[in-house]
Amino acid sequence: MATLHASGLTLKYEQRTVIEDLTTEIPEGKVTMIVGANACGKSTLLRALSRLLKPASGTVTLGGKDIHTRPAREVARVLGLLPQHPTAPDGITVRDLVGRGRFPHQGFFRSWSGAASKDDKRAVLDAMSATDTLDLANRTVEQLSGGQRQRAWIAMALAQQTEVLLLDEPTTYLDLAHQVEVLDLLTDLNRRRRTTVVIVLHDLNLAARYADHVIAMKTGRIAAEGDAGEVVTEALVRDVFGLESRVVPDPVSGTPLIVPLGRHHTAPAAAPNPQLELIP
Amino acid sequence: MNTVHRTAFLALAAAGLFATAVLLGSYTVTVPDFFRILAAQLTGGTKIPGASFIVMEHKLPRAVVGGLVGAAFGLSGALFQTMLRNPLASPDVIGIGYGASAAAVTAIVLFGASGAVVSGAALAGALAVAAIIYAISRRGALGAAAGRGDAAGNRLILAGVGIAAALQAVVSFLMTRADIRTAADALVWLNGSLNAANWARAGILGVALLVLVPAAAVLARPLRILELGDDTAAGLGVRVGCTRLAVVVAAVGLSAVATAAAGPVSFVAFLAGPISRRFVRKPSLPASALAGVLIVLAADFLAANLAPLVLGGTVLPVGVVTGALGAPFLLWLLVTANRKDA
Repeated sequence: MATLHASGLTLKYEQRTVIEDLTTEIPEGKVTMIVGANACGKSTLLRALSRLLKPASGTVTLGGKDIHTRPAREVARVLGLLPQHPTAPDGITVRDLVGRGRFPHQGFFRSWSGAASKDDKRAVLDAMSATDTLDLANRTVEQLSGGQRQRAWIAMALAQQTEVLLLDEPTTYLDLAHQVEVLDLLTDLNRRRRTTVVIVLHDLNLAARYADHVIAMKTGRIAAEGDAGEVVTEALVRDVFGLESRVVPDPVSGTPLIVPLGRHHTAPAAAPNPQLELIP
Repeated sequence: MNTVHRTAFLALAAAGLFATAVLLGSYTVTVPDFFRILAAQLTGGTKIPGASFIVMEHKLPRAVVGGLVGAAFGLSGALFQTMLRNPLASPDVIGIGYGASAAAVTAIVLFGASGAVVSGAALAGALAVAAIIYAISRRGALGAAAGRGDAAGNRLILAGVGIAAALQAVVSFLMTRADIRTAADALVWLNGSLNAANWARAGILGVALLVLVPAAAVLARPLRILELGDDTAAGLGVRVGCTRLAVVVAAVGLSAVATAAAGPVSFVAFLAGPISRRFVRKPSLPASALAGVLIVLAADFLAANLAPLVLGGTVLPVGVVTGALGAPFLLWLLVTANRKDA
């Protein structure tokens, strides 16, 4: 199996060091959420885990082997990535887009001639039915709504049939209903196929609800990692986001729910309160 | 009609235009005569006086060079436009054509060169300018933190436009210094012309395309993935940097050999991609190459056969016709593209 492991990772853009000496392991077969304030290095970490950024020092290993020295296509058969702002070429249909997810599995002549193998056809069909995009197959990507478009891109990533899937803020620009829809979809994927899912997410509450494992980052290092119920506390929110908050049990899921305090609209009863007994 | 049918239709149209260029026009040959001439030429049999010479030394090489030049420009433009995801990114807009022009005009005006030497200078000029543009845009792209592909593409286009302006000044300067006859020679070359087409040029061009077209075919596969953005492509196992460099080399090579053979025939590389995309309804390298063939052959037929009727015998360089038709098409493209965005 493919365990993703980072050790002694230092990441730089030119001379600017974003992450220094970071070591972590992504638990296999679980949903991991990477959270943190803007510019804390969470997307940068994801770029390194997905081989887009070569570490200045340290290694990222997948199943024990360094991903930066293995052939790109070979890694791409095990490790998939959905970047934050993927671009769809003009006029591309959903079916065509999803089909391109098969690239790392295709031999030279087959994909050049455009003829798909049985495996390719099945993978594309599975990916489209899992994301409920079959009805959209012949629509062009620019005709889709934001939520549909994101499902089409996720279908492309699913067609790649990797054991590990990394997603950089897959819910950006989506309304709340579509955010939940996307996260439900990724949870389905994790539960049905045991795919290891790693998501960089802005929304701490959704992250806490959907994560099996949380990695909270602050200025290029890991502030806390572990089970959401243990990691997401008022102290952590203060440390990582510099925000005073109350953390209460989510009435729906029982996971931590962060209620920011702010300076206004705070009822007297909700004022900072020393008895911060957290959810069991 | 699906994509394959539409591409086949383009191929048929190109073949039809090729036949038209060879058989019709100022000197008409019948089909049986054409094959008689061809057979005589190949077997060394008795030639038909006059007709053999006109067909074999004039019309046929002109059509062959025209077709090859069109295919090379069409493919080159489509490679650039697809890779940089920008319809402006064609070799004539980003200055590679101007590199060829400046070098060729320098050779003609300062050294009195002609024929193959001018072609060689044009080839060298195109390659040198491409290398400079690539180096400038790459330096910038490395500085950009996330290295987004579109930013790198825009830098390449801007660097090219800047260099094109400088080279245009060089060409204008040389033209003002040249005596009237040299200037006239240089001007014909600058417009892009098939008047000097011969078998030697067709041969060189053919050999170059035998290498570059298969290279483009191999690159078509990762290029389709690169269209999804650099990060997505890397996630799918494409080696983005290598692929990008290989596409640039192939596209510059195609544009350079075509320019060396016929001069910078304006707008062909620029228009072949968008025209073929609208016709076959998706971006396609073979369709772009065929559209390039169609544009050059049709424009040359107009320039060589119809223009003299209107202009009292003046045979126009093919580049004048492609330029005259290309500019309005560019405007139309801009207008319709804006409407789509809105």
